[in-house]
Amino acid sequence: MNQKEFMQLVNPFKDKVFRMAKRLLVSTEEAEDATQEVLVKLWYKNDNLDEYKSIEAVAMTMTKNYCLDQLKSKRAGNMRIVHNNFTDREAGLQKQVEDKDTWQWVERIMNDLPEQQKLIVQMRDIEEMEFEEISAILGMNESAVRTALSRARKAIRETMTKTHHYGIG
Amino acid sequence: MALDNIEKLIEKYFDATTTLAEEKELKAYFSSDNVAPPLEQYKPIFGYMAQAKHEQFTGTIPLKAKKRHTVLWISVAASVVVLLGVGFFTFNHYNQPVSEDFGTYDDPAVAFRETQKALEMISQSVNEGIESMDYLSEYEQSKNIIFK
Repeated sequence: MNQKEFMQLVNPFKDKVFRMAKRLLVSTEEAEDATQEVLVKLWYKNDNLDEYKSIEAVAMTMTKNYCLDQLKSKRAGNMRIVHNNFTDREAGLQKQVEDKDTWQWVERIMNDLPEQQKLIVQMRDIEEMEFEEISAILGMNESAVRTALSRARKAIRETMTKTHHYGIG
Repeated sequence: MALDNIEKLIEKYFDATTTLAEEKELKAYFSSDNVAPPLEQYKPIFGYMAQAKHEQFTGTIPLKAKKRHTVLWISVAASVVVLLGVGFFTFNHYNQPVSEDFGTYDDPAVAFRETQKALEMISQSVNEGIESMDYLSEYEQSKNIIFK
């Protein structure tokens, strides 16, 4: 497989990998680094790629593991506090300012969820993946995924309605 | 879309029992302009979920071409051959068997004569050595004079 073929292979899901990394690492730069890291690792696996049923699932699992490792290491822990202050300037630039504001609430609320719930919400609500795929990537059974998802969605709702009522951003 | 239908879907959504199609339906409903006022509060959630998918990876992926392993292996093989060659050569060079064939005589008489000749030669050389030691007896004489 040459570089061009490999890029064609990863193109459909490289944004997905990036978004998942960003969900966990929060900062865009770190997420970009993580994406590079994962895809380069995948490139070196090149010869064995045919053995996998779904390369996308492999990439997602690698991303999850890589990001969780990053979070565990002290470096990422220190970086996270700094980067929490930044908001995403790119997303929804053309949309109404008001919408953008409320979306940022949702994003911030999601940042406070436990890592596992972040991952599940990311994959289900944003990437629109089937429960089967999610449970394979996370190594959990489907009902556990559903329970965690329900808990996460309710937590988002709860915090949202609070902000709605008191007008705290 | 009927309001109570949407409400049911929302309830299912928070129990995580909706299908992907139903979730898409919800996203579509909340992105429309006619969201019923009591449901306004959910708008940002579904709005965010729908737009978050559009963020793209803008970095580059530094892929290096795979190393040419064959070249590496050829050089490894070549150096092994050279090493073996040098090793074999030096081994042979320093371990050449010393020839043990000194020739022989078939006739015992000739053999006896030759042996005698050889031994004579040896004793001659030995005697020569002894002769050169003769003057040592001078010391012996003087010693005997002094120490009676």
